[in-house]
Amino acid sequence: MSIFDYFKRKPTKATAAIAKERLHIVMAHEHRVANGPDYLPALKRELMEVIAKYVHIQRKDIKVNLERHGDCEILELNIALPEDDEKTATAN
Amino acid sequence: MSRVIVVTSGKGGVGKTTTSASFAAGLANRGHRTVVIDFDIGLRNLDLLMGCERRVVYDFVNVINEEATLKQALIRDKNDNNLHILPASQTRDKDAFTEEKVGNVINELRDSFDYIVCDSPAGIEKGALMALFYADEALIVTNPEISSVRDSDRILGMLSAKSQRAIEGEEPIKEHLVVTRYSPARAETGEMLSLDDIQELLGIDLVGVIPESKAVLQASNSGVPVIRDEQSKSGQAYQDMVSRFLGEDIPMRFLDAEKKGFLKRIFGA
Repeated sequence: MSIFDYFKRKPTKATAAIAKERLHIVMAHEHRVANGPDYLPALKRELMEVIAKYVHIQRKDIKVNLERHGDCEILELNIALPEDDEKTATAN
Repeated sequence: MSRVIVVTSGKGGVGKTTTSASFAAGLANRGHRTVVIDFDIGLRNLDLLMGCERRVVYDFVNVINEEATLKQALIRDKNDNNLHILPASQTRDKDAFTEEKVGNVINELRDSFDYIVCDSPAGIEKGALMALFYADEALIVTNPEISSVRDSDRILGMLSAKSQRAIEGEEPIKEHLVVTRYSPARAETGEMLSLDDIQELLGIDLVGVIPESKAVLQASNSGVPVIRDEQSKSGQAYQDMVSRFLGEDIPMRFLDAEKKGFLKRIFGA
């Protein structure tokens, strides 16, 4: 760095904190997936197929989560049903 | 009792082969009979960093396929009688590796060596899984960079799920963190993940920090493991790493940013 750089130098951004935060989140998610039972992806797919017979949904509309609280495991299913007009469209 | 150590990272280009070469050379230099195996089938490179590329006759796959004996394939280091290299094959033969065949070679090596260092290829495919399968200990090479940390975390998952020790329910692989290409100045200003950040994220013990240095490229250009460059910070940092691995308790060095003098600030480096 020379004297000329002083005039054009921009402050460097402390982006390491952002990187760390993002890693915390993504790694926690990946650990859950890795530690989850093997049947989870298949369960999700089959649920999706059953529901798709009756309502028009997309893959992103169904969320399957397995959480552990001590000895207790909670399987959480969250299915976002489409708006009314879409529903009638598939019914017809 | 010999130990098998895998040098792995998940991500490519972080310094696995550089670390394997220096780690093996360091162990050998302290009197331990050491062999370093290149598991990167198809992309042989360890021979270049060890400066023995023109002496390769037979390779790891030849030994596995029983086309050559171990004795024929092992290359003895020019400078150190304790150090041997088992080079990778240049032809891509995906089916060469089976757990049984690799296990046979490792078992045979156990008879003549104290340390068997396995230089893993990048990725989480067969070659990487074979390199870690028989490991007793692991060096996890990580750069202070977001994708490298994530990939190291994935590899830690592999070690605790796919290794022989994991499958047979034995004592888990002993994991050591090696941070390479570390720049204290950039960590200080918060533009690079710090050592504390990386340790907190990965949750394993730190065995070495190798500062970013020109000496690493110069050493690989010349085919000499950088640990033999005793003048360089990287060489000294690798020496320290080997000492810590062998159980010595020595403080980490080269963690503080160099203070630039007034004149250097004005006129540049």
